[in-house]
Parts: sequence; structure tokens; C-alpha cells
Amino acid sequence: MNEQDTPTHGSEVGPTGHGTAVRLDQGHIIGDGGIPERFSNPGLPVHVPRAADLDEDAARRAEKQVTTLFGISILGTLLFIVLYFLIDVEETIYVPGIGVTSASNLALGVTLALALLGIGFGAIHWAKTLMPDHEMVEERHPLRATDESRDRVVHEMREGGNSSQLTRRPFLKYTLGGALGLFAVPLVLQVAGSLGPMPQKSLSLTFWHGGPSGPGQEPEFKPLRLMRDPENTPVRADEVTVGSVYHILPEGLLDLEEGVLEEKAKAAVLLVRLQEDEIQSEKQLDWGYQGIVAYSKICTHVGCPVGLYEQVTHHLLCPCHQSTFDVTRDCEVIFGPAKRSLPQLKITVDDEGYLVSEQPFAEAVGPSYWERGQ
Amino acid sequence: MSTAPTRPADALREGDRPAESRPGAAARTVGGVAGWVDDRTGAAKPVGYLMKKVFPDHWSFMLGEIAMYSMIVCLLTGAFLTFWFVPSAGHTIYDGSYVPLRGVSMSEAYASTLNISFDIKGGLIIRQIHHWSALMFIVALVVHMFRVFFTGAFRKPREINWAIGSVLALLAIIEGFAGYSLPDDLLSGTGIRAMQGFVQTAPVIGTYLVYAIFGGPFPGEMIIPRLYSAHILLIPALLVGLFTAHIGLVFLQKHTQYPGPGRTEKNVVGFPVMPVYAAKAGGFFFIVFGILSLIAAVVQINPIWAYGPYDPSAVTAGSQPDWYMGFADGALRLLPGWLEFEIFGYTLSMNIFPGALLLLPLVYVVLGVYPFLERWVTGDDREHHLLQRPRNSPVRTGIGMAAITAYSVLLFASGNDIMAIKLGMSINDLTWFFRIGFFVLPPLAFWVTKRICLSLQRRDRDTVLHGRETGTIVRTPDGRFFERHDTELT
Repeated sequence: MNEQDTPTHGSEVGPTGHGTAVRLDQGHIIGDGGIPERFSNPGLPVHVPRAADLDEDAARRAEKQVTTLFGISILGTLLFIVLYFLIDVEETIYVPGIGVTSASNLALGVTLALALLGIGFGAIHWAKTLMPDHEMVEERHPLRATDESRDRVVHEMREGGNSSQLTRRPFLKYTLGGALGLFAVPLVLQVAGSLGPMPQKSLSLTFWHGGPSGPGQEPEFKPLRLMRDPENTPVRADEVTVGSVYHILPEGLLDLEEGVLEEKAKAAVLLVRLQEDEIQSEKQLDWGYQGIVAYSKICTHVGCPVGLYEQVTHHLLCPCHQSTFDVTRDCEVIFGPAKRSLPQLKITVDDEGYLVSEQPFAEAVGPSYWERGQ
Repeated sequence: MSTAPTRPADALREGDRPAESRPGAAARTVGGVAGWVDDRTGAAKPVGYLMKKVFPDHWSFMLGEIAMYSMIVCLLTGAFLTFWFVPSAGHTIYDGSYVPLRGVSMSEAYASTLNISFDIKGGLIIRQIHHWSALMFIVALVVHMFRVFFTGAFRKPREINWAIGSVLALLAIIEGFAGYSLPDDLLSGTGIRAMQGFVQTAPVIGTYLVYAIFGGPFPGEMIIPRLYSAHILLIPALLVGLFTAHIGLVFLQKHTQYPGPGRTEKNVVGFPVMPVYAAKAGGFFFIVFGILSLIAAVVQINPIWAYGPYDPSAVTAGSQPDWYMGFADGALRLLPGWLEFEIFGYTLSMNIFPGALLLLPLVYVVLGVYPFLERWVTGDDREHHLLQRPRNSPVRTGIGMAAITAYSVLLFASGNDIMAIKLGMSINDLTWFFRIGFFVLPPLAFWVTKRICLSLQRRDRDTVLHGRETGTIVRTPDGRFFERHDTELT
């Protein structure tokens, strides 16, 4: 495997050459295979003095460079202090190549950088030009402790075990082991037990079931109007033109005192109107209203909102991981990592012509989970 | 020093004995304090030893230093940020100086991050240095890992330190995720949402885990304070502790060095801490910090004000995690949907679970155990203090390149949407390219790398046997041509 680890014998690459890359009878020098068994260590190379070692002028130049760099640092610090007080935090400035940017951010950042880089470059330049550049040799010692030390540890451990009577009275050992093994359980239990409530049914319910659907809540179904988000106004069926898209939330959700985001994370719906003859699924047509269909906006992959609607192809694309759903085919997955179709919300119109839900989502919305099918 | 007789003036001073200069007042004070401390601790012995400790010099040893200094900059700027950041998901109405968001309902976390960016003088520069140094930390740490891997620096006796380093690398990206999730803007909230979706797919316990992490239904108000406590307390404590062990082992075991004249398995050749390394490494901290400040001054990062507050029903196109989470996100984009199964009415999401929950720990476990695997395969039980050139260990270098290739495929896959737009390509084609590439490219990378390594070895051997090519063509009296080779190998 490792060609250089095998010692390079002269005989290995004989003068006759047998298809190896290197033949000793080629090239100009040596050519007799007289390669030593091992190369000897030539020792540290000769130290080459630097300009500043030989020439006092060069050393003085180096000193000047280092002090200039340290001076730049001091200047940077002073500028930082001045500009901190001088530039208002709201001021902006146009910088070619960057655009309009915060003046104070630019000024403070650049002066801080000067203050820091001056010290850094100064110190390193000093080390490289004026500090000794003789390499030192430090010997390595084996990391392994001596056998006596190892034996002593073993001996002391044994002795400790014997003198504490641990070996003579095994029940001490067993009960201590048990106690130490168990004492963390109360602490773990406290944390694990109290971090959060049990999910109960809350993952399979949404606000469309008739109201708040957190853990322990089981809302009773009532038809809810489809409300525009964020205007919180109901949608009339005749307002929904072909090709338009609405972000929809159930009636009452935005009026909640608390838990708005938690309910939104499950109840968000996209409303789309298609030509009825474009719809290829009988169920989809039945669950919609004159080609108006409502689908959960929460991706069945990991729960990002499916935010990109392509009007021409009627594809819905999730911007997080590019799952693609076909709205004309009941929001089936046609590409990407999601497995399941977006759940459809069955809708109809009420007496006043507003769109309302006819039943809650028939399945859990959002990402998959173990007991989803239960 | 008598070993430098080359200074012309030295000849004149030959034989002079310099007068012992009396220490100045400041030096006497320092000496007095040091003496006081030493009377009580005996610290002079270890400190004196450390001051003369030798470190070998090579540019690649600087990579770990960049990681270390970036981490220190993170700790420093992070402490600043805690003075203004409010780790609460409680609702508030924004009334700060960023006009487009005035009057908008948002969490206190987001509002306080806006304040740091717009109302606190110098707040934005600290925030941007913090974010840039976090990215730099992880970049430097990964490249440092490459150096250690490809030069075989992890071999006995340094396996423990490699394992510690692997844990540090994993913690660093978790720390990064927790950090960029804190501002509670639309982008970071989308990241937390995806994380919730990941955890939810864990077989059997997924939903319980989610409700435990979020303290109830997603998003709830617990996740921000919990991430905060993880980000500023728990993970930094682990990071600093493990880092101390990491650097302590480097001191104890002495640094590895590249082979060269006078450098053997039994010595370390380099410069002592006092004064050369103190100046070089100390100065380098300021350079790293300075460059991070400069980047933060001129390159905007994570403009949270442009995203708006988090809303679970909204999303921006082109949502991307920070780069170090990219490979896991890429895996999720590549795993096809048909990997989700229903078994006896229970859902097993193999399209999400492996990429989201298994991949991350798996990558770092495989990394952590690599030295032990290699030792088991090669049976090499010797101590190694001299580094290898990557070409001289072709199989390991090939494995490393294959791993980097697989990782890169996943990383690039997480930008498939951006690439599709910028390159005008079909996202479906790109996804298929990456899906196939994940299986085809790593073995190819292994094979190509191994062949290149072997070729380079042959060239090395050629140079050793025949000297360097000089480009000088010599014609012999009988009309033959040959190229003169130079015997000097350096």
C-alpha cells in the first residue's frame, strides 16, 4: 500500500528494468543502483542569518516598520473612540461595491480592524525580523509511564480496595454500585417528565375541527368561514377568479388571545381556483366548490409552508426542500422528498355566499410522525 | 547568543563580558508580584518550562489556531450580545428605529435583535463579528481536521485528541444552529420548523420528543429561552471544557512535525514560546480578530430585518441554513419520498429520519472512530510524531477525498434551488444528478486520488534516484542527447 515505507533497495529496480516507472540505467547520474539502505539524517540545515542579523540599518528599518504598525493600531483605537461619538447610529453611507450601508457599522468595524491588525502584523513582523530565529531542538520522551509507576497504581488501587474492606464485604460494592447507578434517575425524571405536555390528539387536530386544538382540547366541529390572511376577512366564492391564490385561516383563529402561531402552524390553507375540467380527481372536485379547492399549506415533508404556486402548470413547490405537488391531481407529490399529498379541506358556501369548511381535515396535516395513522 | 557569530560587530565585542544591568523599577515590581505568587503556588517551575517549550513551525498548524481564536472571538462578542438580547418569544409591538417594521407584532427576541442592529451604537458590528466568527470557527475547524487527517496526525498516541476534536466539531455546529435560531426572524423560524419536522419523524418517540423540546405544540414560547440556555451556557461550557483538554493534550504529547533534516520521531524542532511563539501566536489572534472585524464592517451577514418576524404560515424562497448545516439539508432534498412506509398503521419516514436525525451523529461517530479502524486494519501499534505527506498514504488519502466528495455532494444539493435559478437548469435534473452523484462520485474520487498519490510517489522516487531535472540538454561527442540531472534534492 505504502510504497515509500518499503526500503528502497537498489536491486529492487534493477538495471534491466521490468516495466517499473523508474529505471536506474536511465538518466545521467549514478545509474548503478548504488542507493544506500537507509538515508542518514543530515542534521539541521545551516542557519541562514537574516538581513537584520547582519546589518544594523536593516534592523533599524525593521524596528521602524514594527513601531509604525503598532502606531497604526493606536491610531485605529483613537479613531474608533472618536467615530463612536461622532457618527449617529442611524446614519447611512453609500460605498461603491457595497451599496448603502450603516455608516457607524462601517466606521467602527474598520477602525477596530485597524487597531487589531496593527498589533497582529506588528508582533509577527517583530518575531520574524528581530526575534531569534534559531530553531531549538526538544527531545521527546516516551509518554508511557515506567513499569514501576504502573505497578504502583495497581498496587495502591488493590491496597485501597483491601483496606476499605471492599473486597471482603461484597455487599458494600453491590449496594454502592446500585446507589450510584440510580441516583441520577430523579434528576433525569424531573427534566424529562416536565419539559412538555403529552401531545395527546393535538397533532391530528387543527382549528378547522371547530376551535383551538392544543393538547387536551377536543373542539366540536362547526363550519368555519375561510378568512383571508392577514386581513381576516371572509372570502365570497364569486370573488375567487380562476388562477388566483389566497392565504386562508379559519374564522376566529386570528382573534385568539393566545396560541395564534401554534394554530396557524397547523391550520394554514391555500385556496386556488382551477377550471373544473382541469381537475383530474373526482374527490377533489367534490370537496371543492365550482373548481375552488382548499389545501393545507403545511408541507407533508417537514412542515415548511408550501409557498410557491406556479399558475401555468398548477404546481405547488415547497421552498425548503423542493417537494412539488400537482394541484390538478389532488396535490399529489410529483417530485421531491415528500411522500404524501397535501390534505384537502372540504369546502362549500354558506347562505351569504361565503366559503366555509364543510368538514375538518380528514387526516393529520404537516410532517409525518410515527402514530399518524392511528 | 554565542551561536550567532555572523554579526560584524560581534567580532569587536568578542570576549567582552556584559555588565549585569540592575533591573528597573517596573521589573522589580513585576518580580515582586511574581515572587509573591510563587511563594504561594510554586508556579515558577511549570511557567519556566512552558516558556521554553518548543513548537514546530508550519503554515498548516495555523488552521487550528484560526479555529481557536475564532471561538474566543465568539465567546467575547457573544458575552456582549447577551447584554441587549432578550431571549423571549413573548409578543411585543416593535417601535424601534427600523421604519418598515414599526407597529408590527413580533417576539421580544426579534425586536431586541432589531434593536441590537439599529438602535444600539456598535451593536451591529458586534453582532456581525459574532456571526462571521462563528462561520470562520467552523470553516477553520473543518480544514484543521483535514490537515490532521491527511497527514496522519491522529495516529497513536493522538487518537484520544482526534476523538475529542470530533466531538468539538459536532458541538460547534449544534452551537451554531442554536445561535442562528435565536433571533426568531422568518428565516431562523423556518429552520426551527424544519427541525421540529425532523424530530417528529423519530420512530415511536418522535411526537413526545417534539412536545418536550418545544414545551407543547410548535412553536410555543419555550423554544427561544431553551435554545438560549443551550447556546450561551450548556454548549459553550462543553466546548470550552473539551477545548481545554484538546489543547492540553497537544502540550502534553508535544506537537507533531513534518519530516525534514534533523527532524526525527524522537525530537521536536521549532521555536520556543518565549519570545517567538508568544509574539507569533499572540499576534495571530489579533490578525484573526482584525480580519473578522473587517469582514463584519464591509460584508453584511444575516440581515434579519429583511425577513420579518417568524410566522409559521409564511416562508421566503431560497431558504437556506448556515453552510455547516447544509449537508444535512442536502440529504433531505435528495432522499426520495417513496422511502416513507406504513407498517401496521405506523409511519416510518425513511425519507426524513436518516438524513435529519441519523446523518449528523453518524458522520461524527465515523470520524471519531476512524483512527481505531485504521489501526485495526494496518495493525500499526507504533507511536508516530512525524507527519506523513498525503501521497505516502494513498488509501487513507483516497478515503478522505471520497468522504469529502460525499459531503460536498450533499452540501451542493442543499443549494439545488439556488443553482437551478442561477444556472437556468431544471431543479429536477440537478436533484437527480446529486442523487446519482452521491453513490458514483465518492468511489471515483477514491480511485482517482489513490492513482494520483501513487504517481506522485513514483515521481518522488524518480527524483531520489536520478536527481532533479535541470532542463539542460547535453549532446555527447557521439551525437547522443541526454538531460543533465541535478543531484541536489532540496
